[in-house]
Amino acid sequence: MQLRCCGASGCRSAGAEALRTALLSARDQLGGAAEAVSIKSVGCLRLCGRGPLVALDRPEPSGAEPACRTELYAELRPEQAADLLARATGRGDALAAQRLDSDHPFFALQKSVVLEGCGVVDPESIDDALSHGTYAQLRRVLLDVSPEQVREQVKRSGLRGRGGAGYPTGLKWDTVALQPPGPRYVVCNADEGDPGAFMDRSVLESDPHRLIEGLAIAAYAVGADQGFVYVRAEYPLAVERLRLALRQARSKGLLGAGIAGSGFHLRLEVRVGAGAYVCGEETALLASIQGQRGTPRPRPPFPAQAGLWGAPTLINNVETLASIPVILRQGGDWYAAIGTEGSKGTKVFALSGAVQRTGLVEVPMGTTLRTVVQTIGGGVPGGEGPDGGVKAVQTGGPSGGCIPAHLLDTPVDYESLRALGSMMGSGGLVVMGDSTSMPEVARHFMRFSVNESCGKCVPCRAGTVQLAQMLDRFVERRASLVDLERLEELCRMVGATSLCGLGQAAPNPVLSTLRYFRQEYQAACRDPVQCEPLDACLLKEGTR
Amino acid sequence: MSVHTLTVDGEEVAVPAGATLLDAVRAAGAELPTLCHLDGLTPVGACRLCLVELEGSGKLQPACATAAGEGMAVLTQTPQLQAYRRMAVELFFAEGTHVCAFCVANGNCELQDVAVAVGMDHSRFPYQYPQRRVDASHPHFAIDHHRCILCTRCVRVCDEIEGAHVWDVANRGRECTIITGLDEPWGEVQACTSCGKCVDACPTGAIFRKDDTTAEKQTHRERPQLLRDAREKHQWQNQ
Amino acid sequence: MIAPLSAPPSAPSRADLPPEADLPAEAVERTSRLIRQHGSRSDALIEVLHQVQELYGYLPPGALAQVARELKLPLAQVFGVASFYHLFRLGAPTAHRCAVCLGTACFVKGGGELAARLERRLGLRLDDAAGNGTWALEHVSCLGACGQAPVLVVDGHLEPRLPVDDPAALDALLGALGLSANDASDAGTDARADGSGTGAR
Repeated sequence: MQLRCCGASGCRSAGAEALRTALLSARDQLGGAAEAVSIKSVGCLRLCGRGPLVALDRPEPSGAEPACRTELYAELRPEQAADLLARATGRGDALAAQRLDSDHPFFALQKSVVLEGCGVVDPESIDDALSHGTYAQLRRVLLDVSPEQVREQVKRSGLRGRGGAGYPTGLKWDTVALQPPGPRYVVCNADEGDPGAFMDRSVLESDPHRLIEGLAIAAYAVGADQGFVYVRAEYPLAVERLRLALRQARSKGLLGAGIAGSGFHLRLEVRVGAGAYVCGEETALLASIQGQRGTPRPRPPFPAQAGLWGAPTLINNVETLASIPVILRQGGDWYAAIGTEGSKGTKVFALSGAVQRTGLVEVPMGTTLRTVVQTIGGGVPGGEGPDGGVKAVQTGGPSGGCIPAHLLDTPVDYESLRALGSMMGSGGLVVMGDSTSMPEVARHFMRFSVNESCGKCVPCRAGTVQLAQMLDRFVERRASLVDLERLEELCRMVGATSLCGLGQAAPNPVLSTLRYFRQEYQAACRDPVQCEPLDACLLKEGTR
Repeated sequence: MSVHTLTVDGEEVAVPAGATLLDAVRAAGAELPTLCHLDGLTPVGACRLCLVELEGSGKLQPACATAAGEGMAVLTQTPQLQAYRRMAVELFFAEGTHVCAFCVANGNCELQDVAVAVGMDHSRFPYQYPQRRVDASHPHFAIDHHRCILCTRCVRVCDEIEGAHVWDVANRGRECTIITGLDEPWGEVQACTSCGKCVDACPTGAIFRKDDTTAEKQTHRERPQLLRDAREKHQWQNQ
Repeated sequence: MIAPLSAPPSAPSRADLPPEADLPAEAVERTSRLIRQHGSRSDALIEVLHQVQELYGYLPPGALAQVARELKLPLAQVFGVASFYHLFRLGAPTAHRCAVCLGTACFVKGGGELAARLERRLGLRLDDAAGNGTWALEHVSCLGACGQAPVLVVDGHLEPRLPVDDPAALDALLGALGLSANDASDAGTDARADGSGTGAR
């Protein structure tokens, strides 16, 4: 019997540590059969909104299929420790009301690739990770597979960057690998800063060795012998576990000189950010790793050509790298069979906001938003109607947009979301109910961009300030038609002329809410009589 | 030396490899407004005034910081670019406090010149009137941050040409400000050699000589390039 | 609006003093040691600043000057970096600090109202580092605890699922966390002794 206690941030803040302590002392007190129950600390068990969560693995009588049954319990309190141990040893069932149905769509519709080890392995134990097969692919490729063959598998998989832009990963690896001879670097971008996104944090806290394995394979494939993981400082537990994992990997000879008996060397270091969203942008991230202000620079040259200290540098996000070991184990074709034509594989989403079940969701690309938000997430609590009370779903954070309920049947893939004026982003899905005002949402994101602008280029530094002030007028219902015209004009200018992705995408939340919820902006004009009869298109024509 | 051939607004030009799009535009005899760019300093592509469109890609690139490539077709004056440039200048005027009539640089100010060039006589965006500082602690020079457009030419000229690195940018976003030393009064920063290159490099009246009053600022914006040529190519002015 | 162009009253020039003269000798020594541990490499600046801030609770000017000298960096560059990142504090912090998350999930679940309520309750302004003298309230853009929205961080401890819809329960909870203008002195000590996340449900 085994109890797997979630020890990731979400459950921790709900009291997971106290629960685990209570379980350990209850086991000591009960003795007897309870002593056979192993109590293991693991990472994310997905349904973060109902933590602390504990999974109970009970072996079935011999010969039965499956050999082990798993039950998941939610919202456990320390005083329930004895009841849980009793259940584990087959006596009593006092916690039936807190048991979650594992056939529920929230679990049944998920497909674990990146999150394969999340909630299964002990993130603080490399031995446990090794026993679950972590580092097996690294050893295999170092001894038997050439860097070209590794890149070939990644290209076959069709994997695209999970940081948001969706650039083909294999192509990026090739670009770095094929630069003229000389030093190269690999960088893992773990500066997950989109509000509403916590996928990368969960991977770092739950399965850090998988990430290290993926990064080491990437380094081998592009010929780098030094790398960095850049983590945001707002994730202290992730930083701690990553540092521990790196120490463990070094002591096992899985990092450093002559890894796993091969001639391959790799030095990996953690670099901790200090509170700057813009450092998620590649060139800003590189500046920050070099100890400078995190300001972006014009591209080209791209980091793949000239990155850290001018050397070719591969930058991939956490989820991208965590997919690599599975792709190499199962083969690129296996991975490419999941998902859609243009967007292969699975995507991890962080589901939150006005939704019944909040947590971590990994589904094949191409799953519809409706499946994720309504079937998996359960819609808005108390929500009625065909769309379950959902007014809009925000994807892509401050760079993305709000997708209205009537488009919930859109499949989730890079192109479909872009066509709707939003973007995949890193995977935050924030559900908004009927009471949410869209100009307010737009202002919320614009204020975020004002705060996070690095200040280097004028459209972003001064333009976002002006946009936020215009949005104030809409939120406070004192705008005019001229404001509406100017708002759109400035949005286009900031989007087209800003130096980096932060500024270029900053107008997206405004433009997407204008596209789908224009009537809310019109209703906020000082003289609504003047605006409302005007058709949106007419208005646009007239202002040109 | 290899040469790249490209077109600027339809005009064919040839520039040496390693030249920027700005070099190519100038070679074609076209004009592009610039503010953060100064010949002789590392380009940063921050003011966005020299953005040009690369035909075909539709993407806008800063001419000062983009290498000219063989066969490129560069557009410098599309209606869209002109509209964006005007708005960028409006944003510059609205975010600081620029009163030309009383300014030491009146008549010799690049921001003013650019406003004239793009046809901007007022900003449609509300003036922010920020609360900024004036530092007159240096015996010869002063800086009025209200007139600063954060082009960082002073930062770069002091670091790259003088080698003193007295200046840098502090804070971020709209709070960005140019600082001396550890955000100390300029006059107390030991590293400053009082060479005055920052005064020469400043495009507006933000950094000026205390002797100068309204419309008296004289600048020598050619000096960074002259010094760089002297240092790197051993070409001096008198030769 | 334009200030007169006179030099400010001249203070004794700091440049004449060794910059760390006003810092405890032990902290200065530890700073030197940790810089050596990073091989005195200038690219370690941000890591070094993190550790120096742990030492002092903030980044005093003397410590920045020491870091600049020992990493062989210009003073202005060190200040530029220290002031760019929002987690670095350039002034001494208040005794207690509270961060309210204004990420999207928290925003949808009433994070904005929570911030406004705390401003009134503590008699201070959001993101004013001086706060009310005892408490300072800052915003954070997302802690990745979206499943528990809305959340607060009170003296480094995350408080999940604040009952914004139930003002009485919220007031009681904020009181228990020591978040009051009056008796702020004993704030945030006993309230979390059980460590079990008092805000849950």
